[in-house]
Amino acid sequence: MAAVSGLMRRPLEQVSGLLRRRFHRTAPAALQVTVRDAINQGMDEELERDEKVFLLGEEVAQYDGAYKVSRGLWKKYGDKRIIDTPISEMGFAGIAVGAAMAGLRPICEFMTFNFSMQAIDQVINSAAKTYYMSGGLQPVPIVFRGPNGASAGVAAQHSQCFAAWYGHCPGLKVVSPWNSEDAKGLIKSAIRDNNPVVVLENELMYGVPFELPSEAQSKDFLIPIGKAKIERQGTHITVVAHSRPVGHCLEAATVLSKEGIECEVINMRTIRPMDIETIEASVMKTNHLVTVEGGWPQFGVGAEVCARIMEGPAFNFLDA
Amino acid sequence: AVSRVLGVAQKPASRVLVASRNFANDATFEIKKCDLHRLEEGPPVTTVLTREDGLKYYRMMQTVRRMELKADQLYKQKIIRGFCHLCDGQEACCVGLEAGINPTDHLITAYRAHGFTFTRGLSVREILAELTGRRGGCAKGKGGSMHMYAKNFYGGNGIVGAQVPLGAGIALACKYNGKDEVCLTLYGDGAANQGQIFEAYNMAALWKLPCIFICENNRYGMGTSVERAAASTDYYKRGDFIPGLRVDGMDVLCVREATRFAAAYCRSGKGPILMELQTYRYHGHSMSDPGVSYRTREEIQEVRSKSDPIMLLKDRMVNSNLASVEELKEIDVEVRKEIEDAAQFATADPEPPLEELGYHIYSSDPPFEVRGANQWIKFKSI
Repeated sequence: MAAVSGLMRRPLEQVSGLLRRRFHRTAPAALQVTVRDAINQGMDEELERDEKVFLLGEEVAQYDGAYKVSRGLWKKYGDKRIIDTPISEMGFAGIAVGAAMAGLRPICEFMTFNFSMQAIDQVINSAAKTYYMSGGLQPVPIVFRGPNGASAGVAAQHSQCFAAWYGHCPGLKVVSPWNSEDAKGLIKSAIRDNNPVVVLENELMYGVPFELPSEAQSKDFLIPIGKAKIERQGTHITVVAHSRPVGHCLEAATVLSKEGIECEVINMRTIRPMDIETIEASVMKTNHLVTVEGGWPQFGVGAEVCARIMEGPAFNFLDA
Repeated sequence: AVSRVLGVAQKPASRVLVASRNFANDATFEIKKCDLHRLEEGPPVTTVLTREDGLKYYRMMQTVRRMELKADQLYKQKIIRGFCHLCDGQEACCVGLEAGINPTDHLITAYRAHGFTFTRGLSVREILAELTGRRGGCAKGKGGSMHMYAKNFYGGNGIVGAQVPLGAGIALACKYNGKDEVCLTLYGDGAANQGQIFEAYNMAALWKLPCIFICENNRYGMGTSVERAAASTDYYKRGDFIPGLRVDGMDVLCVREATRFAAAYCRSGKGPILMELQTYRYHGHSMSDPGVSYRTREEIQEVRSKSDPIMLLKDRMVNSNLASVEELKEIDVEVRKEIEDAAQFATADPEPPLEELGYHIYSSDPPFEVRGANQWIKFKSI
């Protein structure tokens, strides 16, 4: 089962992460936090802040989460607010949407977004479209979260990236955090947002520690949905990515800078509504664009970025 | 539950008296015993109907009936377009259910929803204007027949069966908030075979959600009769571990008593319960279905003459001296006028302006721009 293999796969990485956390001498302000713990903290803070927030999904309570993201929450908040569900995605996603319609603020976890396909009707037709179809009468303040995209050797049925699928639909917001700061700020913003938000996490990033700057340690730290971040300034080429590939782009930028090519790396953070302005401004500066993603190329996120660049002012600045 | 729907339209009972007659205040009626599944006892087999309630139910059912027939007429004149699923014949269900619950309870159903939209509190005006797609419609003309919402009424849902997990979720919120409210979650005989309904049954029973699952069995799922669609047509038993009752859905009093019984069951914390309402629709599945290719005109005629819900109530009231024929006729006239006025409004009201096409995409967000059919067309969204 995916959950067990997730734990067994990289024990060394897990342990070294722990070691790094315990023994690393940090500057007084920053702190080493894994993406998993950042999401955990974000959810914990929001559960504490608002009584209406609750978490449901498979194995989220007594198992501490299939990937241990919800570790400790059931012990702290109990059965009423951390709910283990049977393996019924369509059913429990619908239940979560109904609860949101009735005024609660559910976080619906899909063990991976591959399984969200079973429930995709509830996400799109029941959650995303309702506010519009009701003429503004019925908001649906729900968060759908879970790991998205490829993992390590889990085969085709468990490796799909849903950024393009969910990013296609009006009424939904779709975010894709890369590091711990992203994960914490975006999950908190998603929970506080009165719209259906899809949070596409990444299983391979869960165990990776990052420095969490001091602002990000505050209980009210939020990252605005719809704003990209320039992770690395550059002058020769714009590289746009979301989720785990942002890390690859930064590594590539380091290699290229030795050859005298300075990459500007943009972390999209939000898939929908897309912050095309940040990308346009960058392309107008560098004249070159590469998009990097974990999804299939046809009809994908990169295709959309390219289409929008072509339609906008940055097109005239584009050399390649 | 029923009184707030009628509001201003209702005249005080005393002024309705045509001849100087003394009517009975109330009368006791026998109602059909419900078939039970996993229940020791069911709803009572007799019920008391007061004159006031009787007149209310009559007016409400007549309003729903005439509203649906008016919608039929407007559709044939092409003033209503798109989908239009009418519920004439099933009036006892929406009126009876509303009579058995409180306004603070919740209700969700599928697309044959105009009757419920009315009984849950919206006016005929807002409903017809929504059907004609005008700005005076309850969803500002953006929802149409299948997407009407009101307080504690969650539509109006287009995807068959999807509303059932939603209803279980609303019930979860009821339990979470601890306010003793219940959620009525309706679906049809066609939807009863959807997998997600069984997923909802399982979780509702597991977590003891205050959810009343209600199967409105009108014998046909679109053009497929129940015998051709379901291996077991005992829909009240399909909840398996969930207790169930089979109710005469053409008798408004039977529906009311069963609903009271079911609501009391849920409110006591025992968990979900299932009701099957045996009812019938006179129209086809939707306006594009004449409704006679899969059933005979004789069958429709027989139900109309023997089991019409409005006729059943009328006969009961007249025969027990709760009302006079003239009095009920007067209500008919008033209802017709109300519907006519509403239809006039629905036909004359302007459509929503094109500038508002992009409104209501996100809730609580600052205004933003939406790309239209090409990159130079932008719509504002608030």
